[in-house]
Amino acid sequence: MARMTMIEAIRNAHDLAMDRDRQVVVFGEDVGYFGGVFRCTAGLQKKYGSNRCFDAPISENGIVGAAVGMCAYGLKPVVEIQFADYMYPAYDQIVSEAARMRHRSAGQFTCPMVIRMPTGGGIFGGQTHSQSPEALFTHVAGLKVVVPSNPRDAKGLLLASIEDPDPVIFLEPKRLYNGPFDGHHDRPVVSWKNHELGDVSEDYFTVPLGKAKIRREGSALTVLAYGTMVYVAQAAAEEAGVDAEIIDLRTLLPLDLETIEASVKKTGRCVVIHEATKTSGFGAELSAAVQESCFYHLEAPIVRVTGWDTPYPHAQEWTYFPGPERIKRAFAQVLEG
Amino acid sequence: MAGTSGKTSGARSKSAARSKGGAAKSSPAIVEFTKEQELSAYRHMLLIRRFEEKAGQLYGMGLIGGFCHLYIGQEAVVVGMRMASKDGDQMITGYRDHGHMLAMDMDPKGVMAELTGRRGGYSKGKGGSMHMFSKEKQFYGGHGIVGAQVSLGTGLGFANRYRENGAVAMTFFGDGASNQGQVYESFNMAQLWKLPVVYVIENNKYGMGTSVERASATTDLSQRGASFGIPGEQVDGMDVRAVMAASEKALEHCRSGKGPYILEMITYRYRGHSMSDPAKYRSKEEVQKMRTEHDPIEQVRKRLLDNGWASEDDLKAIDKEVREIVAESAEFAQTDPEPDVSELYTDILL
Repeated sequence: MARMTMIEAIRNAHDLAMDRDRQVVVFGEDVGYFGGVFRCTAGLQKKYGSNRCFDAPISENGIVGAAVGMCAYGLKPVVEIQFADYMYPAYDQIVSEAARMRHRSAGQFTCPMVIRMPTGGGIFGGQTHSQSPEALFTHVAGLKVVVPSNPRDAKGLLLASIEDPDPVIFLEPKRLYNGPFDGHHDRPVVSWKNHELGDVSEDYFTVPLGKAKIRREGSALTVLAYGTMVYVAQAAAEEAGVDAEIIDLRTLLPLDLETIEASVKKTGRCVVIHEATKTSGFGAELSAAVQESCFYHLEAPIVRVTGWDTPYPHAQEWTYFPGPERIKRAFAQVLEG
Repeated sequence: MAGTSGKTSGARSKSAARSKGGAAKSSPAIVEFTKEQELSAYRHMLLIRRFEEKAGQLYGMGLIGGFCHLYIGQEAVVVGMRMASKDGDQMITGYRDHGHMLAMDMDPKGVMAELTGRRGGYSKGKGGSMHMFSKEKQFYGGHGIVGAQVSLGTGLGFANRYRENGAVAMTFFGDGASNQGQVYESFNMAQLWKLPVVYVIENNKYGMGTSVERASATTDLSQRGASFGIPGEQVDGMDVRAVMAASEKALEHCRSGKGPYILEMITYRYRGHSMSDPAKYRSKEEVQKMRTEHDPIEQVRKRLLDNGWASEDDLKAIDKEVREIVAESAEFAQTDPEPDVSELYTDILL
């Protein structure tokens, strides 16, 4: 067991996967020589050679397209899109090629690839380095979508994603790379070195896709969250003294409805939280799913706390960001109902 | 243009005039075919021609729905390329893909049944005209998004180099797709990493209804790789011998580790872009001139007869045999059952 940041855990997962399977190749912008803009692939080129870990031109579309072709011939590419915001040129390849290859070839060709992208805000990145585009992927049949919230999960989920025979969109909340973040941007940064979820086994292990994790047990209400919002919800629950049950979804597609349903049926109240904009966000899907399966158990309308329906702001970041205060108000709202 | 036989110079000189003295490099000299090569080319091109004619009929009868892009007129491109390639070389193309599959020896029954959306189709009816694959025959699709397959072909080339398997990825796209950004991302990566990819630009002079001149700032598409240092040349895509000679040179370049190569095949499609296209953007005379003066199959037919390598009766026998294969595929495509409704939810994720 070692204490790792999420960056170190992701790097370690790459290392173990490349060591275990020669079909795994890792590439992307600045990924090889430089080791990645967030250092998630540092040292891999030196260890495995530039044939297995290498730099790509600034060509997201070409990067993902080439990875699809590699998959068709049996390789297992793990590619990095430098920021999730840079993904849009590659969206056609992700949707029309990667996600659909298995279906339209009737299973002859598959896309066992992982597309990693740093996602989310809280780092003053402005509108082109802070977006949370997960709903653009959860809307696509043929993809899996993963959002880890801590180093241990990041490693186990990434290894499970690399093992997975289908394309996995692996969204890494960049505000969590170095430590958990509870939304109090004016307080000192906490490091994973001082957090129990920074304890990561150096051995090969996987965390199964499609399984949520209850981070905090409670009986008053259920919180559905993922990524950075898990910690913001925890802070809000502690500060408000609300007996919230907080579910870290970990995988958005496939969704662990079983865990969600059991919790909401127990608490009768539900708050859905994400950083992304509200309209047609993944929270809408969660609300609909909870309503469909738990309607007669609900004591109050489901409340969503999300980013506003605006481009991610530069100056008003903490107004946009669903911080502890907004979540506490949502708790009060569902408890009143 | 040097290296072009007198019989077929029309197609070439037209393109050369169009490119207004662009830096087109000339094709290697045409190597005359043997009797066996002429007969093989004739038979393969005729199969594609008859298959496509039948597909057009079935479409007109309402048995094929949606999109259907016929390859009639362009047969020499894919057949000449296939004659130059080796087993193990991969092929990938866009949506005008029926001819490519037949050239890769895929079963006409499976192709036609995919067009009619039956369970015996190559993609169990899930793909349709534009989306078929065969791992066994090294055919990597069949892709409906213009230009998207170019990056995929580049990835195939990477996998070849990675595996050191000596194979080349034959990556086909059209004059229209040649203006897609991802084509240039692919060119850069392919040359940067010295990938064995032959980029085959099938310039049939129209991207849907827009002529090359109206869509492209520079119309010598063979030179589109110049800024990456990728060699390219224009080829008379109506002469199967010219296609084969140029393809052999390009494939050898790739196989020897020198990186990618671009072949611009100057060709022509006789039918509209798709079945719904009346092709009003060009004159009937233009189409007729290509048919009568440059038809790829007629060229071979004439040589076979002139050389005394086949009689009219021999050629009729080949035609009859080909028509029987096509009729059998059409019969299968109409009698094979449609996929079960449960197939809608299969092959999405494992």
